[in-house]
Amino acid sequence: MDVQTWTYIIVGVTFALYIGIAIWSRAGSTKEFYVAGGGVSPLANGMATAADWMSAASFISMAGLISFMGYDGAVYLMGWTGGYVLLALLLAPYLRKFGKFTVPDFIGDRYYSDVARTVAVICAIIVSFTYVAGQMRGVGVVFSRFLEVPINTGVIIGMALVFFYAVLGGMKGITYTQVAQYCVLIFAFMVPAFFISFQLTGNVLPQLGFGGTLSDGTYLLDKLDQLHVELGFAEYTSGSKSTLDVFAITLALMAGTAGLPHVIVRFFTVPKVKDARISAGYALILIAILYTTAPAIAAFARTNLINTVSNKPYADMPEWFSNWEKTGLIKYEDKNGDNLIQYVADAEKNELIIDRDIIVLANPEIAKLPNWVIALVAAGGLAAALSTAAGLLLVISTSVAHDLIKKQIKPDISEKGELLWARIGAAVAVVVAGYFGINPPGFVAAVVALAFGLAAASFFPAIILGIFDKRMNKEGAIAGMVVGITLMLFYMVKFKFDAFGGGGPDDWWFGISPEGFGAVAMCVNVIVSLVISRFTPPAPEDVTEMVENIRYPRGAGAAQDH
Amino acid sequence: MDKTQRKIYWNRNLNYLLTLLSIWFAVSFGAGILFAEELNSIRIGGFKLGFWFAQQGSIYTFVILIFIYVRLMNKLDKDFDVDEK
Repeated sequence: MDVQTWTYIIVGVTFALYIGIAIWSRAGSTKEFYVAGGGVSPLANGMATAADWMSAASFISMAGLISFMGYDGAVYLMGWTGGYVLLALLLAPYLRKFGKFTVPDFIGDRYYSDVARTVAVICAIIVSFTYVAGQMRGVGVVFSRFLEVPINTGVIIGMALVFFYAVLGGMKGITYTQVAQYCVLIFAFMVPAFFISFQLTGNVLPQLGFGGTLSDGTYLLDKLDQLHVELGFAEYTSGSKSTLDVFAITLALMAGTAGLPHVIVRFFTVPKVKDARISAGYALILIAILYTTAPAIAAFARTNLINTVSNKPYADMPEWFSNWEKTGLIKYEDKNGDNLIQYVADAEKNELIIDRDIIVLANPEIAKLPNWVIALVAAGGLAAALSTAAGLLLVISTSVAHDLIKKQIKPDISEKGELLWARIGAAVAVVVAGYFGINPPGFVAAVVALAFGLAAASFFPAIILGIFDKRMNKEGAIAGMVVGITLMLFYMVKFKFDAFGGGGPDDWWFGISPEGFGAVAMCVNVIVSLVISRFTPPAPEDVTEMVENIRYPRGAGAAQDH
Repeated sequence: MDKTQRKIYWNRNLNYLLTLLSIWFAVSFGAGILFAEELNSIRIGGFKLGFWFAQQGSIYTFVILIFIYVRLMNKLDKDFDVDEK
């Protein structure tokens, strides 16, 4: 059977599965809609968190990015896993004990202020929207390449599906579809990895094959370093970013991960504090399977790619090459007219431009794997994009229905009314996200990476200080959040969108890129919060009592409405 | 539980956090970034050690750290009788 038939079959089966689960797990109350009734088992929550967390970016783009960045790719690997240590140790158990529905709930109650709550809601919505648009785009790319429908049709099909189970099922529907999506995506990621690792190094486990030898007896990584040097690139294992920048980006991604509202909210869905701790552990194991495989795939793909294209006649390129050329993601220009492909670091002489996003999708074709494996990768990419999109949409709908309408505009709203608002919120969010998926503003990709910086500069210090510093008060926290996020936004707008005089890498403060600046803004947030809180009145007694209370696990009922 | 007991429980928790987070920092920011260059002169099989910490080792360590934390805290909760019934 050809790839397209396989893709229709595999994607069709997985979609039917998601819809079936959504119908079976409809939400009947706000509690089920927001936190799945608070009765999700830790392992199921771990799987759902992993699927929620691993987006189209992790599945489709990350290995490709690393493949082009070499050592520097470690910022994503460490940044996006190390955040779970912070989450498990510093946030999840305490927020679970606190036991409400959302992050703005915590900020609003801990800092006894609707201003703080509103700041948190705005941050949550900005972060989630920028993120979700990228997911919808990922859905479109997969559809257009593998099912050969236009990207826009792909986005609309994806929207309809997410609409169906997010609006109907709320957190409950999303949780159980995410469990299924985790299984699909990890299977789809690992199968080609096993094949390729075995082909190249004779070792089935990619984590070991990564450090293994090629058929000619040299180590894979040595060979790759050598190829890189020959073509004029930096050594694969040493990278080209400055140490300070690598440090800052890693820190910003870690803190950002721990501060992302759609990840934090997952820990409100388990029954106990104990479950919140262990479920962060399960989530990280399940994520680590993909995150330790991705750098191996990156190295395999890089080697295969260079061996396939470098100095080879254009006319002899395999079928995948022309398939991807059609989508515009591979571009070849014969600058010196010798009909060979020169793929080198020097931009003047380089004749081949490869979009890094296609590495994972094209990898099975480059390695000549069977058609069903290629189809499986398409289904995996869709699972990753849809699960994350659904989780983000829920954060947006909860922010609207719970944090804005119920908490501020209309406190006497009935349960049914609130649920209706939550569904309307989700529906509107799906449509808006779909619109940005079809008409992506040029800066989506840039902003997705910066969403972490924004979360690190705003939420993360406010939550940590709220738990560990009893003296922290609303003046300190609000000032910290506002200064932190403003500073981050300023730096981002200045260096990414060229406003306020713009500037290039030479003008970066301390040589830190906008991606890493979240780490600096976060430190500024902490300092501002601490200083201001010491010069203003302490938090009222009932608040310090609440902080005291969340430090001890006993008595954590299921998540409660107020 | 009285006030001093609570204080001991909380300080012990903070001690665990400090120890575990030091290891978290040492493997990622230390071995994977700040000292990666130096460690790269040591090799394990096909890996340079600094590179291995950055792209593999730190992730394994993160997983282990969380599970150690879970064990320590569950025991601490029991010892101080603040665990959930």
